[in-house]
Amino acid sequence: MIKHAEWLVVGNSKDFPFRIGRTIRLNDNEIAVFRTSENKLYAVENSSPHPKGGPLTEAMVSGHHIYDPLCDWKIDLETGIVQEPDHGQIKTYTVREDGEKVKISL
Amino acid sequence: MINSKKKLVVIGNGMAGINTVEQILKLTDKYEITVLGSEPHPNYNRIMLSYVLEGSKTIEDIILNDLQWYKDQGITLYTGKMVQSIDGERKRIHTEDGLEIDYDLALIATGSQSFILPIPGKELPGVIGFRDIADCTAMLEAAKTYKKAAVIGGGLLGLEAAKGLVNLGMDVTVVHLMEDLMERQLDREASAMLKAELERQGIKFAMQMQTAEVYGQDRVQGLRFSDGSELEADLLVMAVGIKPNIQVAVQSGIETKRGIVVDDLMKTSMPDVYAVGECAEHRGICYGLVAPLFEQGSVIAKHLAGADTEGYAGSVVSTKLKISGVDVFSAGEFITAPEHTVIVAKDEWKRTYKKVLLRENRIVGTVLFGDVSESASLQKYVRQQTLMTDEIYGQLMGTGCSKDGAKTLSAETMADDEIVCGCNGVTKKAIVDAIHENGLTTVDEIKACTGATRSCGGCKPVVEQILQYVLGDSFKTAAKQGICGCTTLSRDEIVAAIKTKGLTTTREVMNVLGWQNDEGCSKCRPALNYYLGMINPDTHENEEDSRFVNERLHANIQKDGTFTVVPRMYGGVTTPEDLKKIADVSLKYNVKVVKVTGGQRLDLIGVRKEDLPKVWEELDMPSGYAYAKSLRTVKTCVGSQFCRFGTQDSMGMGEVLERKFERLDFPAKFKLAVNGCPRNCAESCTKDIGIVGNDGGWEIFIGGNGGIKARLADSLCKVKTDDELIEIVGSVMQLYRETGQYLERTSEWVERTGLEEIRKAVVHDVDQRKALIERIEFALQQVEDPWKKIINDADSRKNLFEVVTPSLV
Ligand SMILES: Cc1cc2nc3c(=O)[nH]c(=O)nc-3n(C[C@H](O)[C@H](O)[C@H](O)COP(=O)(O)OP(=O)(O)OC[C@H]3O[C@@H](n4cnc5c(N)ncnc54)[C@H](O)[C@@H]3O)c2cc1C
Ligand code: SF4
Repeated sequence: MIKHAEWLVVGNSKDFPFRIGRTIRLNDNEIAVFRTSENKLYAVENSSPHPKGGPLTEAMVSGHHIYDPLCDWKIDLETGIVQEPDHGQIKTYTVREDGEKVKISL
Repeated sequence: MINSKKKLVVIGNGMAGINTVEQILKLTDKYEITVLGSEPHPNYNRIMLSYVLEGSKTIEDIILNDLQWYKDQGITLYTGKMVQSIDGERKRIHTEDGLEIDYDLALIATGSQSFILPIPGKELPGVIGFRDIADCTAMLEAAKTYKKAAVIGGGLLGLEAAKGLVNLGMDVTVVHLMEDLMERQLDREASAMLKAELERQGIKFAMQMQTAEVYGQDRVQGLRFSDGSELEADLLVMAVGIKPNIQVAVQSGIETKRGIVVDDLMKTSMPDVYAVGECAEHRGICYGLVAPLFEQGSVIAKHLAGADTEGYAGSVVSTKLKISGVDVFSAGEFITAPEHTVIVAKDEWKRTYKKVLLRENRIVGTVLFGDVSESASLQKYVRQQTLMTDEIYGQLMGTGCSKDGAKTLSAETMADDEIVCGCNGVTKKAIVDAIHENGLTTVDEIKACTGATRSCGGCKPVVEQILQYVLGDSFKTAAKQGICGCTTLSRDEIVAAIKTKGLTTTREVMNVLGWQNDEGCSKCRPALNYYLGMINPDTHENEEDSRFVNERLHANIQKDGTFTVVPRMYGGVTTPEDLKKIADVSLKYNVKVVKVTGGQRLDLIGVRKEDLPKVWEELDMPSGYAYAKSLRTVKTCVGSQFCRFGTQDSMGMGEVLERKFERLDFPAKFKLAVNGCPRNCAESCTKDIGIVGNDGGWEIFIGGNGGIKARLADSLCKVKTDDELIEIVGSVMQLYRETGQYLERTSEWVERTGLEEIRKAVVHDVDQRKALIERIEFALQQVEDPWKKIINDADSRKNLFEVVTPSLV
């Protein structure tokens, strides 16, 4: 059986500035959405894979990588993979712009 | 919610167990971890007990992970809990006091205990082993009341105990069964040299003596040997070996020999039960040193995280005697046998000895005495059984000339397993290996590869030394280091290029100067943003996205993702009205803690990001910049307004200075103190600029730091008037702003620039001082309070602080 993706509207395009993360809160979970300089949107779970955790929205964005604001881990937004020398991976979500709306599929 | 995590229960809270846990945590969060340990302490560095005994470290110093760490990692810890057995059928662990804990996977890491000779009198008070904190405190206590100590066992541990006791002022005799000391690690030559050296240090020896009995009434009074002779002693330390703690395994029906038998994946004979450390026996060997057990832990961690591992294949062990001040080192095979080719160099005058053993021309073992500078490379050769070449021979044995003048680096003599970077638990060996294996040439590369220097940076000098020591001469010619991995350009080159080429944004800088990483990294972006603003205070547009989160959101981020708000309190002075407002806002926004800071202000800790603008609005106070690389506080004493000693109005001057220079960006945080008199109650000596009032004026100190690398401030000059004071302070600040490297505190800047240079610029050269003042005044005209600004800027409020709660389509 094919299950159709559910799309959540998380805001208007203009609410997502370049290289500044936004936090989306869903019940107890948080998602961080970033717009890169290449005008691509990425959505990832808002929680660092570092053992001490912490939010990622406040990360510094460089290309399609972010630098964890608390412990400076470098994470690839495309794959969610933490770059060497650290290890780990975060969940990524599909995000798209539909007209003026930004939508995420969980 | 159903918990999908597997339950991992670790029995033993020692070095092997916790190291394994740390390695697991680095790889995966699949496990819910419980640790049970029989000692009442959190995990500590057992190796360092020798330093505690010797007096150079305290017990607090050697704690590896404090209780908070366990909490932070979500680990349930039971201290003072002795595990009795494992029920493999029901998958449940039983403790002696009746607790039952279910597991999916269990890890036995119970270590070992001192072997106590089974001789009459061994139970007498005053007879102890050397194993844990309790033994160590018992020795420290005994040394206060008693004079004579005996140590049975002339191995590594016994000698370290003996040296410690000598340092504590005791008369110590080491009793050893064998002809040679440390016979398991040293050959006869080295052993004899060691004995001579230790005798010089005050340790006595009774060699080839077998203890038959311990005598005494209420407490040990002495030893009787098998030949009938006696030795008086009111403290007896047995350091004759260790006995793996295998009771838990035995009780549970797990296969044991000397230790708990494990395979290459460190699995025991019971399904889902692993063992690691001194309690484990792998291919017939129980290891008694930490390096092998860290390797074992890494195999378990990889295996449990589902990563590839070839399994554990055993370790080549090497030994170093830590505290006697004599360097000895051995690795691999070191007792000469007929099949060995032997290279020896013995120097009785310099008291050094070096032996390298070859089998079929491959390096298989070594002993070093007195000079262990080659230990790191020899260890590698032994581990890899490297083929001997002329080159290696030359390196190891020298060319015959003396190495006079060559500075011995302390990194050389450091034990391999010594932790260099305390924050990230990186050992010297890990660094040395990383350098060798990946051909690293800079501290930054080491940081990227091992994590050392990454947190507080306090260990950077040591890491540099290790690098220098491993690379030798090639260190000087190693690749040029830029401000970060994205460029090879230095700070000065970048600043010059911004000025001459008229660059205006970080992007432009990176494009024009050929950055390797298009958009830079978390190191260079904030730095470039700072340099641009410093050079063009009026035209530079601050780049929010190149700011560290604290400066982007104008509050301190805390580890749980909440923020700390710190209102300004000029000169550390506030009013009852303000306090009331602070209290009201704190209550309204559920602030977790209100804390008085070291800089005389109030921290409102635990504010949610989305509440920040409202908190600022309702406080209606200026931002305290506790988050910024900027003027933080001006700490003041009571001064002439109230103090009976004060000769100058320190509170007044503090407020003036803070109001004048707040909000300006600096290369790093910046702190001031103003004191009313030389009693110095506001502690000027650890501030970037410290001011001390005296009868006729003020004295100015610069470059103090109470942080990572403590430094006392240097006296810059004395001034007579308040105006002069403000001028000099301003010009020092601007000079630092213009010439400091991003993140470089004034303590480092003063040392790099030289006090005399700074004095020349701001005290002697009046023209230069005036020019600096002009530039800082110009920059000061551009600043504005970020809190006010955000309150009035709906867009930033929304984009930076608001959290979106979405709706379904
Ligand atoms: C003074 C001293 C100096 C040393 N110096 C060096 C050195 O320079 N270099 C080096 O490589 N090594 C050195 N060692 C050895 C090193 O400390 C050990 O190899 C290492 O600590 C072993 O780790 P482990 O986890 O296997 O055992 P441990 O660190 O001993 O940990 C085992 C833990 O398990 C607990 N435990 C035992 N049984 C139970 C039970 N049934 N239930 C619950 N908990 C239990 C114990 O209380 C203990 O805390 C030194 C050791 C000592 C004592
Ligand atoms: S430094 Fe001097 S003036 Fe200031 S409080 Fe101390 S004693 Fe009083």
